[in-house]
Amino acid sequence: MSTPVYGAPDFEAAGFSRFLYSRIATMQQRNAFYSTAPPDAHDRERLNNVHPAGWRNPQPAGRYNLVVVGAGTAGLVAAHAAAALGAKVALVERELLGGDCLNVGCVPSKAIIRTARLYAEMRNAEQYGAQIPGDIRVDFAAVMERMRGIRARISRSDSVHRLIAAGVDVFFGHAYFTGTDTLAVDGTKLRFKKALIATGARPNTTCIPGLVKTDYLTNENIFDLTELPRRLLVIGGGPLGCELAQAFCRFGAQTIIAQEKPLFLPKEERDAAQLLSDAFSRDGIEVRLNTRAVNIRVEGGQKLVDLVSDDYSITVAVDAILVGTGRVPNVDGLNLEAAGVDFDTITGIRVDDFLCSSNRRIYAAGDACLEHKFTHTANASARIVVQNALFLGRKRLSALTIPWCTYTDPAIAHVGLYVRQARERDIPVKTFTIPMHDVDRAIADDEEAGFVKIHVKEGSDRILGATIVARHAGDMINEITLAMVAGIGLRTLAHVIHAYPTQAEAIKKAADAYNRTRLTPRIQWLLRRWLT
Amino acid sequence: MSSGSLINEQSLDRLQRAAFGYFLQAVNPANGLIADNSRGNSPASIAVVGFALSVYPVAVERGWMTRSDALERSLSVLRFFRDSDQSGSPEASGFKGFYYHFLDMHTGARVWRSELSTIDSALLLAGALTASLYFTANTPEETELRELVTMLYLRVDWRWSQGGAATIRQGWKPECGFLHYGWEGYNESIVLYVLAMGSPTHPLKDDSYEAWTATYQWEHLYGYDYLYAGPLFMHQFSHAWIDFRGIRDRFMREKRCDYFENSRRAIEVQREYARRNPHRFAGYDENCWGLTACDGPSNLLPELANERRSLFGYAARGVPYGPDDGTLSGWAAPASLPFAPEIALCAVRNMVQRYPEMLTAQRYTSSFNPTLANAGSSAWVSAGHFGLDQGIVVMMIENYRTQLIWRLMRDCPYVHAGLRRAGFRGGWL
Repeated sequence: MSTPVYGAPDFEAAGFSRFLYSRIATMQQRNAFYSTAPPDAHDRERLNNVHPAGWRNPQPAGRYNLVVVGAGTAGLVAAHAAAALGAKVALVERELLGGDCLNVGCVPSKAIIRTARLYAEMRNAEQYGAQIPGDIRVDFAAVMERMRGIRARISRSDSVHRLIAAGVDVFFGHAYFTGTDTLAVDGTKLRFKKALIATGARPNTTCIPGLVKTDYLTNENIFDLTELPRRLLVIGGGPLGCELAQAFCRFGAQTIIAQEKPLFLPKEERDAAQLLSDAFSRDGIEVRLNTRAVNIRVEGGQKLVDLVSDDYSITVAVDAILVGTGRVPNVDGLNLEAAGVDFDTITGIRVDDFLCSSNRRIYAAGDACLEHKFTHTANASARIVVQNALFLGRKRLSALTIPWCTYTDPAIAHVGLYVRQARERDIPVKTFTIPMHDVDRAIADDEEAGFVKIHVKEGSDRILGATIVARHAGDMINEITLAMVAGIGLRTLAHVIHAYPTQAEAIKKAADAYNRTRLTPRIQWLLRRWLT
Repeated sequence: MSSGSLINEQSLDRLQRAAFGYFLQAVNPANGLIADNSRGNSPASIAVVGFALSVYPVAVERGWMTRSDALERSLSVLRFFRDSDQSGSPEASGFKGFYYHFLDMHTGARVWRSELSTIDSALLLAGALTASLYFTANTPEETELRELVTMLYLRVDWRWSQGGAATIRQGWKPECGFLHYGWEGYNESIVLYVLAMGSPTHPLKDDSYEAWTATYQWEHLYGYDYLYAGPLFMHQFSHAWIDFRGIRDRFMREKRCDYFENSRRAIEVQREYARRNPHRFAGYDENCWGLTACDGPSNLLPELANERRSLFGYAARGVPYGPDDGTLSGWAAPASLPFAPEIALCAVRNMVQRYPEMLTAQRYTSSFNPTLANAGSSAWVSAGHFGLDQGIVVMMIENYRTQLIWRLMRDCPYVHAGLRRAGFRGGWL
């Protein structure tokens, strides 16, 4: 990797304060160590794809149709889409192409979750009428090596070589705005007609006293581990904390999860969260709800964490701490003031429904501006920006139907409105519930924990939203999303033949249940009359 | 099939009287407090006192107790609460008119660092109001009782219990303030909201009830439309005092249902769940059900330490999402009598015939678990008896037989006011 030359005069010229300069310098130093994963063949392949050694930035073109800042999912999607449509595009990334999703997020977490599930199934083999293997030993290094192999393979589609082939000018370095239509990458000026800020988000680790004085894990470094911590405390019961707590417990770490709220995944329906709590307990995770970590200190090589739940407090000793207490947008160091872009350090870039910032030339997408920080939302928002910024589009963020899924076991997926949201909007709502224990395939698979709940506007078959808790909830929710986007109601879904036996049949059963409610006593009477 | 053929009046009477017997055995005559359960060193439970105050009139009417005895017991405990320490200190009995969940049987001081419980205080006050509506004679003692009850009710600061939120908090502790447990969705607390809305002194804010009902979930499950709550007691406890037949709030008007009918459907859902029996536990079928809040065979019990499946101690078991460890409550069936008499009577007879061990001294134990049968094929049975279970059995059998409690509470002006402020209309209102 080439060492960029950073010049202080550029910052001064851009009106930076000494304070900001210092922060940027710190970030640049950090960039030099952007991966602490074991430097094996897999990781060399990944890095060659997402930040090749010896990379030299190209000469900037005169004026770009679109300059994209940040090459995570949103940035990559926008760059490829815009370039494919003929735009002259520059993409700037300070660390690794692919962003969190590829490098420290969805991809590595799903890879290790798969292995964790396999270990859980081996231990539960008798449940499936099989023998429990004699010696179940977790080879954590092998788990992580497999993950790195998968990550390297998937990195090919996010590679710099593909971007070049697509005609995108790729710049590695730190981007900061120098005006309303210009930015600089480590001193090199790029001019743009339109720009997209897609800088993503980072773990929020500011809320726990003593945390910064210890070494701790977040999604940014947990996938670099080569040894399994014997005792792990997970702070935070959001998607990241829940997924990794379960995976690491299944690898054999004594795992405690402390969640400040009364239930995990507080945005989800309480039945879903309750089922997850039960699953955690079955797995052997020490579940501590309504619990805050109030102090962390290191003594004798172990981390002591004070946990408080109302009037009860306890100190736990662990070897590692994973922090999953939310994410904050990356808006620092971009000199957004110079570009006239309004932002908030908590909620990110301020955008309208068309994803346009307070500067009409500059848009934002993905975690840098969105409440729902998911890869697929970043993808969808980037596509909106390309249309709106380059082709006078009027696509709205609010028109999107966005599903999401937490990949625990069982997984928890949702799309559309929650019942509470519907009731707050005075929409009468009725929920058709199918427990997975009523679904033949779930029974055959011994995967009966969970349900499908489809919320409809009462008196109609219009789907307002749905929550699915099931082993394959993430796949199943797509059918509901499709129905909602296409305006298909439960009545039509009831006519869709579902392959038997599948777990997705639960959706058909919900639709059938709806259809049965249409058989009012009067209709039933008429039918009886007809048949007699 | 008539109800009479399922279980005769005599048997029902025996069950009801045996349940009532708990309150005679578990009382501290010096202050009228009633123990939470019959195990050694049990503290008093304020909710069980509420049930006691409600079942004394039943016992008088049935000739199991003299009116003067019932009056004396009621006065004794009401005077205790009047004189109790309301400072809110960690050793007090209460604060702001509410009481700690568990009190020392002798001193009345808070025990087990228990919370100042809003729902349990409401059950206590519902019992007190029942007593005040029964003891209506113009005698010095009965007049004193009514004045005591009025004083206790009027001093409750319901608005404080919102803790600045839109809905009532579940509890408060002097050590940490209001508790942070999620308490959303339909549950047993309609009676709490009704009493809190009906107060002329410290009522809830106008929108509190609507804020609570906004968390409801109307579901279609196993072929039934109903307002979902998993554990059966949530569909029973408020109904022990308030006759919800034909009266409807905005939510139920919208659904063309009422809470009474909803409880009947919840019983059907229990039966359907038991018939499906997804975890393949022993005993479950359409006449053997009752997943509710009860004691259970915790893995912590020495005899069950090696049991591989997860077992829960005292927990709110529910359908269809659990927790479910094969533990059922026999008393849930008689507590369902007013809603679905034939189904409930059939279940009462069936369960008692198959698992007579669930009754000890003719009285329902908290729970039984046929999956954990011993060598003699007897189901695991919870030790002793719990006051809440006995109270709901006495009251619901009585409401089924004579509607005594419902008739008394229909005349309560605070209940009337509370129901009306909560938006209830129609029926006997």
